Amino acid sequence: MNAPPVPVMFVETAAVRRKLRQETLAKWIFFSMAAAMVVPLLCIVGYLIVRAAPSLNLEFLLEVPKRGMTEGGIWPALIGTIYLVFISLAVSAPIGILAAVYLNEYARDNWFNRAINLAVINLAGVPSIVHALFGLGAFVYAARFGYSIISASLTLAIMTLPVIIASTRESLASVPRSFREACWNVGATRWQTIKSVVLPNSISGILTGVILQVSRAAGETAPVMFTGVVFFKAAERGDIFPYYLNEQCMALSMHLYTLSTQVPGVKESIPFATAVVLLALVVIVNAAAISLRVYLRSRKKW
Amino acid sequence: MTEPKSGGVTPPTFVVRAARRAAWAVGGEKIIEALVYLCGFSAIIFVLGIFVFVFKEALPILANDNFSLVQFLTSSDWFPTSETNKRYGVFAMIVGTASVTVLAMLIAVPFGLGAAIYLSEFCGQKTRETLKIVIEFLAAVPSVVWGFIGLTVMSKLIVQYTGAPVGVNVLNGGIILALMSVPIIVSISEDALKAVPDSYREAAIALGVTRWQLVWRVLLPAAKQGLLAAVLLGVGRGVGETMAVLMATGHAVHIPHSVLDSVRTLTANIAAELGEAPAGSDHYRVLFLTGVLLFTLTFGVNLIADTIVRGIRRK
Repeated sequence: MNAPPVPVMFVETAAVRRKLRQETLAKWIFFSMAAAMVVPLLCIVGYLIVRAAPSLNLEFLLEVPKRGMTEGGIWPALIGTIYLVFISLAVSAPIGILAAVYLNEYARDNWFNRAINLAVINLAGVPSIVHALFGLGAFVYAARFGYSIISASLTLAIMTLPVIIASTRESLASVPRSFREACWNVGATRWQTIKSVVLPNSISGILTGVILQVSRAAGETAPVMFTGVVFFKAAERGDIFPYYLNEQCMALSMHLYTLSTQVPGVKESIPFATAVVLLALVVIVNAAAISLRVYLRSRKKW
Repeated sequence: MTEPKSGGVTPPTFVVRAARRAAWAVGGEKIIEALVYLCGFSAIIFVLGIFVFVFKEALPILANDNFSLVQFLTSSDWFPTSETNKRYGVFAMIVGTASVTVLAMLIAVPFGLGAAIYLSEFCGQKTRETLKIVIEFLAAVPSVVWGFIGLTVMSKLIVQYTGAPVGVNVLNGGIILALMSVPIIVSISEDALKAVPDSYREAAIALGVTRWQLVWRVLLPAAKQGLLAAVLLGVGRGVGETMAVLMATGHAVHIPHSVLDSVRTLTANIAAELGEAPAGSDHYRVLFLTGVLLFTLTFGVNLIADTIVRGIRRK
């Protein structure tokens, strides 16, 4: 008697094996492509930190540059960067948020508002050196602010504006329409709805967007180098108010550029340490923004 | 509710309060809304402002008899400070910008695209979150730090491995710029891949394709417009980048013959010379004219990219 044929269902044939091989191969290729961006970044950061190590201490942050910037610390540059960042965001955040409120809550879909959208996108794409030219022409010469913290901050403000508008708009748009309708139905006006329903519910996204611009404003060099930031400005060690607003100032980004290209005989580790401080600033700010986003998202009620 | 008095009906308290509130609140709200409208229009004002101010400073040179726009765009003689024979030709810098940007895109597009595919199709939730944070960080590294990396780390590596006489050249600038533009390419490409309807994926998987076939035959063709937009945004970033290329490409005004030649880009030229050009001089105005050129170039690129992205969203 013949045994009944065993039903063969899922047997790995040569074709299936080939498919699986292909799939694993593809996965590894794409993984290595992703890794090819991440690994060099980590290596470079590690290298910078190692080279910077001899100068990395609190003293370096608080000390002023000495002997034609070949020794000493970065205090005036650090405080200058803080000034620039805060003033520029104090200008661009309110304007940006209100502009986003207009675009998301008030604007109808007509040619004029499409033009505004287009303007926001193009403002985001303007090269930073063109912002510098604009700042020079508009704030330094036309508005007669001269080379000053004000001019530099306003230039930075215009540069950060479109990104704040875009990120705020995105978080406003993520508030469900039903929230607004509920509020209108109890008789609230448009602005009351925005003030007490839309803004509180989107504040996490708005804040994240603004905080991310801190690191951008701190890192930009080109827009400020012709509008108010100078190579060197004398300041006291640890002085919190070394500058008037109509004076020029130093900034970390510009300081790094100067140290690495213009000043001969700088102590080896100082430019590296400046770069690491700038990077650390960016990382801290971004980490703060990301954790804020994660925390507030976990509390979201819808 | 208040107690009704004789002789008339007093409205309930909340109505009274609402009525009293309205008097100043309506006015206040009008003011705030006017402010909102004003801020909304500000973006247009600023873009026009940028164009007007930069163009205004450049305009007198166009009226100058000794200056010809054709020569400006096609000559590679750049002698702005010469005593006797001033020449303003930015062709070499246009070529410089183009060569650095093209090289950067040749590196960044495959890698960015590969990373985007890995992120959206192959990896798990945790890996994706981690990678996205790293990429966000990559995007946040200031351009002057990239320039510094090019100047110190990359130039040494290039001298060591290629035997080039100087480490700051097209190759250096291209690699740095590639690393800088990868984040935007990844994020836009990933959006484009995400926007491909799931039914496409399901149909392909039902036919028994591997994920490689799925990516190659289904997703890439379906998302090609978005990928094009990603590349264009990368180009826009590359053309406009200033500090990194200023520090990493060397500073020679000539047309490069190989990737190991030093070049100067349009942006770096402005950054390097604006400080030395006296305000109002021809040299100063030519630099502003270069700014107008850059503005127009990036405006065009961004406009096209945005039209494509918008078209995808509407679908």
